[in-house]
Amino acid sequence: MASETIALNRVNQDTRPIGDRLHDWVVTVDHKKLGILYILYALVFLVIGGIEATIMRIQLIVPHNHFVSPEVFNRMFTMHGTTMIFFVTMPILFGFGTYLIPLMIGTRDMAFPRLNALSFWLTAFGGLLLYYSFIGGSGLYGAGNAPDVGWFAYAPLTARAFSPGHSTDFWTLGLLVSGFGSIGTAVNFITTILCMRCSGMTLGKMPLLAWMNLVMAGMVILAVSPLTAAQMMLSIDRYLGGHFFDAQAGGSAVLWMHFFWIFGHPEVYVLVIPAFAFISEIIPVFSRKPIFGYPVMVAATVCIGFVSMSVWAHHMFTVGMSSYGNSFFVITTMIVGIPTGIKIFNWIGTMWGGKIQFKAPMLFCIAFLFQFLIAGLTGIMLSAAPFNWQLTASYFVVAHFHYMIVGGILFAVFGAFYYWFPKMSGRMYSETLAQWHFWLFLTGFHLTFDFMHIPGILGMPRRIYTYEPGRGWEIWNLIVTIGVVFQIAGVLVFVFNLLKSLVKGESAGSDPWDAWTLEWSTTSPPPEYNFAKIPVVMSRRPLWDIKHPEDPDWKYE
Amino acid sequence: MSSAAITRPSIEPDLVLPSRGRVGMFTLIAAETAIFTIFVVAYIFYIGKSVSGPLPEDVLELPIFNTVCLLSSSLTIHLAVKALRNAKVGAFGLSWFVTIALGVTFLVGTGREWQRLIFEKGLTISTNLFGTTYYSLVGLHAFHVTVGLILLAIGMVFALLGKVKQEHSERAEIFSLYWHFVDTVWVIVFTVVYVIGR
Repeated sequence: MASETIALNRVNQDTRPIGDRLHDWVVTVDHKKLGILYILYALVFLVIGGIEATIMRIQLIVPHNHFVSPEVFNRMFTMHGTTMIFFVTMPILFGFGTYLIPLMIGTRDMAFPRLNALSFWLTAFGGLLLYYSFIGGSGLYGAGNAPDVGWFAYAPLTARAFSPGHSTDFWTLGLLVSGFGSIGTAVNFITTILCMRCSGMTLGKMPLLAWMNLVMAGMVILAVSPLTAAQMMLSIDRYLGGHFFDAQAGGSAVLWMHFFWIFGHPEVYVLVIPAFAFISEIIPVFSRKPIFGYPVMVAATVCIGFVSMSVWAHHMFTVGMSSYGNSFFVITTMIVGIPTGIKIFNWIGTMWGGKIQFKAPMLFCIAFLFQFLIAGLTGIMLSAAPFNWQLTASYFVVAHFHYMIVGGILFAVFGAFYYWFPKMSGRMYSETLAQWHFWLFLTGFHLTFDFMHIPGILGMPRRIYTYEPGRGWEIWNLIVTIGVVFQIAGVLVFVFNLLKSLVKGESAGSDPWDAWTLEWSTTSPPPEYNFAKIPVVMSRRPLWDIKHPEDPDWKYE
Repeated sequence: MSSAAITRPSIEPDLVLPSRGRVGMFTLIAAETAIFTIFVVAYIFYIGKSVSGPLPEDVLELPIFNTVCLLSSSLTIHLAVKALRNAKVGAFGLSWFVTIALGVTFLVGTGREWQRLIFEKGLTISTNLFGTTYYSLVGLHAFHVTVGLILLAIGMVFALLGKVKQEHSERAEIFSLYWHFVDTVWVIVFTVVYVIGR
């Protein structure tokens, strides 16, 4: 029965005109299609955000460069930051979550499929709204301009007097709309994970990816909502003449900082926890061992979730909080290092004594471990308030958080791409090209972001559009920009590999990695209903149990 | 079940998972709580920081009647859900209608209060910090009441068409969670705006 249905679907899909098939993608409520839409949408914005970063790096390659004007430079760093956080990293992680969670917990779709579609389109239109500012920023009568207030848009720079025109409004509305999308996705993730698990899958038998996305979704609920509220206040200030952040009428610019960072810091963990989830699924499979310390991993994730809600003001050590406030945020920030360290040891413990296969997904995970560790260590350095006073708003900070977001999260995302690409497309990627991608991107990443720390220590502030020669910054900026070339080359290889494999890749089969979670028990790509028969699981590695009936996991768990 | 028992070690009974609607609604309420928290924090932070009048102690009056209306609507919606669970469709419709009437009374009361503040006292959202925070917080709450009333009205239309049956009681109950939440928020808004802030 099941195979007949699949065959029928295939025939239907191949014969219908392309318009109908595209129409399917627009009206779809299938979590797999929506997941792929999220990912493709994020990849488009990754290229746009990358171009913006490249423009900035070309401008800074030598002192007194005139590649772009200061105004354009301001727009570039604002759009780069906003795009990469809200319209690349979040949607790409939501995309993988949307695609994988129902498959991994053995169900046929998300809890609210239509809400799922609504969330995606809200996020998508939020991004379009932001980019429409390039055309409509001055209200269409001028040449138009994009927001230039920085990605955290401190007051009073966002007040009407200092940001005339509509560019800042597009920024606010874009984030407001995509914020509603994120909240919808988070509601869906939590409900799906709590209410839709297949028979036998207790919380303690859930794949770590589902656990970590559950924690991530909880953090989105508690962290993105404050941003939504703050954006409403900013809109009230700009449109209705309110005084929330208007110091002349008694309002407070520092309040905006608090509201923004109450969102902004947990957001970092919202982004990194799904990256942890990828690592926790990939490392065991390529080490041929079950994850080390599953309950501790879950506990550490929940712990990170809690502690990271109370660290936000470490972004604000220089605004003049009391010494008690400073001390509190120093301590909480340092405490986050403990559960994070536990995770790193658990991943190493998983690899220890395993038969490690150095395929592309695993290479990216191993690089993640090193780079994430270094990013965490510079984070501990910056969490010490006196050190922070010296280095805040310098290139050291820029290097630190790019180490986290590129060296940590983006590497994990690339690993996830290679790991689940066979499942999503039904075809294998080219391992040779993937290795080229890895080594090129690794070289580029380290050239750019290792050397970016140094001008920061030498005093180069972030967000300057040019600098004087003779301060010892030139050579470092030159190296940093050269690294970009390698990164671009790596990404081009990646895109070429994806496209080539989609057309010419070998058939992957349902389980190319000999993996253990439920998504590998169905065909690649999975049929619309995911599973012909809803699976029953007895352990954390249901496919291991099926493949090794003589020695199943449930005997030991 | 019996065939599964052969392969399964049958160490634990099958999972009993919570209802999707409830979990979804509670999650949404958590997000809404975070949004309201930010507005309440801003309100409390700005109490007494206005550099010009009118000030809350000069213009605000306790909306006792409004508050009684809104809080009793929590009771009536509870009665409506209970009636539907027991398949008393008529009693459900009546209580549901009273809930709508009480909600509308509340909104009208808020409208009259705003009219008085704007046209008699000259307080608008741009007058001073108090105006900004007051209209934002109370307005955000009133917006949630309005959304609730729209949903209640849709339910009422179905009830009048005779489409509401006992099996819909879970949906009515899930909606009532939202309505109770809106009422709870009002208790906080009332305390912060009319008691502490005055």
